[in-house]
Amino acid sequence: MVKSKTTQTGDLDLSVYREEAAEHPQLDDLSQISPEDQKVLLMTGVDPMGKERSGSFFQKDHSVIHCTANFEGAEIMSASEARKKYHGLTEYWGKAVPVDKDIYTKRAEEHQEHGYYVRSLPGAQVYYPLQACLYLTEDRLAQDVHNIIIAEEGSSLNLITGCATAPGVRSGLHVGVSEFYVKKGATVSFTMIHNWAEEMAVRPRSAVIVEEGGKFISNYVCLVPARDLQMYPTAILKGKGAVATFNSVLLAKPGSYMDVGSRVILQQEGCRAEIIARTVSTGGTIISRGHLRGEHRGIKAHLECKGLLLSDTGVIHAIPELEGTTSDLEMSHEAAVGKIAQEEVEYLMARGLSEQEATALIIKGFLSLDIVGLPPSLKKDLEHLIEQTEEEAL
Amino acid sequence: MKAEPLLEIKNLHVSIGEKEIIKGLHLTINHGEIHAIFGPNGSGKTTLLNALMGFSGYEITGEILFRGKKMTRLPINERAEMGIGMSFQRPPAIRGLQLRKLIEASTERNGDLIEKYAKALNLIDFLNREVNVGFSGGEIKRAELLQLLIQDPDLILLDEPESGVDIDNIVLIGEYTNQLLGRRVERGKRKTMKEQHREKLKSGLIITHTGHILEYIDADIGHILMEGRFACQANPREMFRTLKECGFNECYRCFRKEEAHG
Ligand SMILES: Nc1ncnc2c1ncn2[C@@H]1O[C@H](COP(=O)(O)OP(=O)(O)OP(=O)(O)O)[C@@H](O)[C@H]1O
Ligand SMILES: [Mg+2]
Repeated sequence: MVKSKTTQTGDLDLSVYREEAAEHPQLDDLSQISPEDQKVLLMTGVDPMGKERSGSFFQKDHSVIHCTANFEGAEIMSASEARKKYHGLTEYWGKAVPVDKDIYTKRAEEHQEHGYYVRSLPGAQVYYPLQACLYLTEDRLAQDVHNIIIAEEGSSLNLITGCATAPGVRSGLHVGVSEFYVKKGATVSFTMIHNWAEEMAVRPRSAVIVEEGGKFISNYVCLVPARDLQMYPTAILKGKGAVATFNSVLLAKPGSYMDVGSRVILQQEGCRAEIIARTVSTGGTIISRGHLRGEHRGIKAHLECKGLLLSDTGVIHAIPELEGTTSDLEMSHEAAVGKIAQEEVEYLMARGLSEQEATALIIKGFLSLDIVGLPPSLKKDLEHLIEQTEEEAL
Repeated sequence: MKAEPLLEIKNLHVSIGEKEIIKGLHLTINHGEIHAIFGPNGSGKTTLLNALMGFSGYEITGEILFRGKKMTRLPINERAEMGIGMSFQRPPAIRGLQLRKLIEASTERNGDLIEKYAKALNLIDFLNREVNVGFSGGEIKRAELLQLLIQDPDLILLDEPESGVDIDNIVLIGEYTNQLLGRRVERGKRKTMKEQHREKLKSGLIITHTGHILEYIDADIGHILMEGRFACQANPREMFRTLKECGFNECYRCFRKEEAHG
């Protein structure tokens, strides 16, 4: 199959996936899940003990088997339940990501099995993150979720979403629509970690609306193979002084195809955006996209796509795009694709490290983003996670 | 019986591409000896150290023996493990890798030691910084020294350890280079100072332009590298004094004369 590089295309054959899943029983406590599953969850930033978490949501296949909120200022529940509770969520549902955007958003609307609803109340500072896990345990199953995330005025919210397949699952389809609403002066820090089986097809469809003085920070980490991953989350900075940051860290092994980008549309005075992507291919294909569109004078934005290509069979295609629709704005980009600098490897070898150890350290450094807006403990967890997954991957 | 030399270089030729930089160099460094190398810019001093360390990009013929073992073809890290360490003239910066992580990854020695030396070298804040990213010239030199102190090699190759270092820091560099070379004997220990001295004595090969480092380090032998060969061997301090007075021109003159006669 030839896939166009200029725009994201390449529709999947959805008929190969199973639509029906067995219902799973409720768990009172996340710690009741099996040790094998717990291990997988930990690798996606989800803490089964719920330690230092303001709330947890756990969806297994098509069933929400656990959901608790431990902090008064935040809500977390099934999106379906929230629609019942809040008059269909008509203000939000399908407003950031149109239902008829593509075959996946349509599919998510037709099939939707839960997804989560997360909201921080006005002025609430939800310091400890909320965590949501979307878990697939049956082979060839399709999971279609719709998530709604709302940070009310002046609130701040940390959300970790871990998406993973259980040990033994090889293939499946994950479609996830996510709509974020960052209201006036609110901050959302969203960390998504993917940990898929090698034959998974993954289609997240996300959009973010940021109001005046709001701030959205996204950290996306995918270090395990996925056969076919395609996403291009878009943030629309609608209010004055709104800010968006997208950090992505991707590792593609042979057989993986990742077409991942981030887009920010800066519409008002004082808006700022930064997109940083670090990609490593050990044989897979990565299309690393980024698009900044400046629609107002005085906005500032920067885009950085850097790729390390470690194998002759891999491909990294960086496609940075800058689009200005008015004068007097400042947008820049920096793109680089190359191999590891031999000089750096040899420098570390002179300190006694083997070539392999040196290479691993350099890649680790390359992938470690200065992740802002996260509580220090989570930042540490994430760094540890990147180290662990990377070690396993190399 | 004469002890085996620590390092022996026999008829070394080093080329970069088509260009021959080192053209038949001989050198013997015995245990505990410190050698200094002087030479004009571009004469091949860094190339010599890089070739000894085993960096890629050099075509090498001749023999390099370390403790009698041929190491001309050994990978860099094996040379490091055998006890050779190098401080770089211009080390690369490594994004995302904290200095502390690098040091921890390259040693099994305990963390307290890292803190101790980092503190001594005014580098505590640098442990959390990315390796050489945005380091000033002098900071780079101190960071190199810190890494070597932890590595604790037996043969220490120093490529301009004091260039770009300010007056206060040169004292530090001098003091801790001495420590690195096993010359800073600690008083008040059970062993006699003489015993300590013998045990700890390390060997060194030091490139210097300014000669400042020689005010702190008692180097034994000085060499002048010229046109790919050692042109002259003498007491390093005297050698440096002459160089300061007459420059390398005098060396050229002498070198030519000897070539003509030899
Ligand atoms: N990669 C390279 N390609 C081509 N020429 C090189 C390369 N590396 C070094 N050289 C050349 O080899 C010669 C010796 O360089 P080297 O760095 O060893 O000199 P040096 O004696 O250390 O000089 P300095 O005192 O300036 O540090 C110089 O002419 C230099 O330009
Ligand atoms: Mg040099």
